[in-house]
Amino acid sequence: MPVRELDVREVTEAVKAMCITANYDLPEDVYDALVKAREAEESPVGREVLGQLVENADIAAADRVPICQDTGFAVIFAEVGQDVHLVGGSFDDAVNEGVRQGYGDGYLRKSVAEEPAHARRNTKDNTPAILHTSIVPGDKVRLTMMAKGGGAENMSSLNMLKPSQGWNGMVEAVVDTVSRAGSNPCPPVIIGVGIGGTIDMVTVLAKKALLRDVGSTHPDARIAAMEDQLLEKINALGIGPQGLGGSTTALDVFIEEMPSHIAGMPMAVNVQCHAQRHKTVEL
Amino acid sequence: MAARKITTPLTDVVVRDLKAGDAVQITGVIYQARDAAHKKLVALIEAGEPLPFELQGAVVYYMGPSPAKPGNVIGSAGPTTSGRMDAYAPLLMQHGLKGMVGKGLRTQEVKDAMHEYTAVYFAATGGAGALLAKSIVGNEVIAWPELGAEAVARLEVKDFPAIVVNDCHGGDLYEEGRKRYAKTV
Repeated sequence: MPVRELDVREVTEAVKAMCITANYDLPEDVYDALVKAREAEESPVGREVLGQLVENADIAAADRVPICQDTGFAVIFAEVGQDVHLVGGSFDDAVNEGVRQGYGDGYLRKSVAEEPAHARRNTKDNTPAILHTSIVPGDKVRLTMMAKGGGAENMSSLNMLKPSQGWNGMVEAVVDTVSRAGSNPCPPVIIGVGIGGTIDMVTVLAKKALLRDVGSTHPDARIAAMEDQLLEKINALGIGPQGLGGSTTALDVFIEEMPSHIAGMPMAVNVQCHAQRHKTVEL
Repeated sequence: MAARKITTPLTDVVVRDLKAGDAVQITGVIYQARDAAHKKLVALIEAGEPLPFELQGAVVYYMGPSPAKPGNVIGSAGPTTSGRMDAYAPLLMQHGLKGMVGKGLRTQEVKDAMHEYTAVYFAATGGAGALLAKSIVGNEVIAWPELGAEAVARLEVKDFPAIVVNDCHGGDLYEEGRKRYAKTV
């Protein structure tokens, strides 16, 4: 198979465009889920909040302004085809340049602080991006950009469970994470659960899980049933939209799993606010 | 929900009359301040130096906006998580702060200070920054512009929608609302 050349300037352009559109245009699946929740919500205050969120998404799309002022850390998943030859400079630099241009030209907030333990200086261009690159078959580059806000990320949890705790132990840990978060992560939330692997991999799994369409069903019926059980338990907490009480605490729960060490059962819960912003392009 | 119209600065009489669950529309001046600004405000109080704005009766908005597009007053401007300001809020209330607008849970220390100093905590809808920006009609950075989105700004608001979460009598909508809709499964 011949090698295909791809100029990394195309990567910069694509990342820039995704940063802007992800922040202005709420994905259709999330929008539809908010509209549906507004109809189903039991609390009048909750219905009012959900109505505001739908109106907010309409304003952002029409006026070309960010859905939320926290335009997030730029998390980029890159799947690079092994038959692609990237030319014209460093791939990582090209991704960061796209973030720099997108957050600048798109009037997006710069929310990244360097030396977090001490100086906490704003990097002023929202770099560095959080970049996850994997090599895949083929001659295409697939890029996904996720704008991850800080408030919901702060409520996420890593749980190094014992195998003896089993599925029930996981349910308890997921529900406890959402329960303690309460109103903080801007419910209704979307929950990404990673199971297995190591502490580094399980958190990536939880984040990847968040990229699924809201309302979609996991192809593995066993996992789909686990997701349904978690969603039911979370919505029984009563936290509701913005934590003001109600029947819609989460819009959806997504699980990704992989094998774990025989001694362990790592589980990560990545909490996502209702403004689930992401875009994907293929180059 | 019929919203009650209130104007800033807030007085003790108005604050005492507000109850958890009340929908309000705020008109007047409120002050944008979040993490870095709070750290500096508290340092000024502790050093006995003047603050960039009059704290007596003031309402602060825990918010850091996105940049304004040309021709707009402000960018998107929804609340940030209030809990990060819990370490600073009691001292500000002791010095006259009457209202806080944000989202998310407060500590018992903050709720106790609200009772002691007669102050109120409002929630605005998190993640509705494009909508909330429509209620902000004036915006002027008055301190620490080098902090960017974390600078202190004087915001003029008109019918800014919020809901009382914690009142000065111990009422807590987050607790009450959750109890009302919790189910056993």
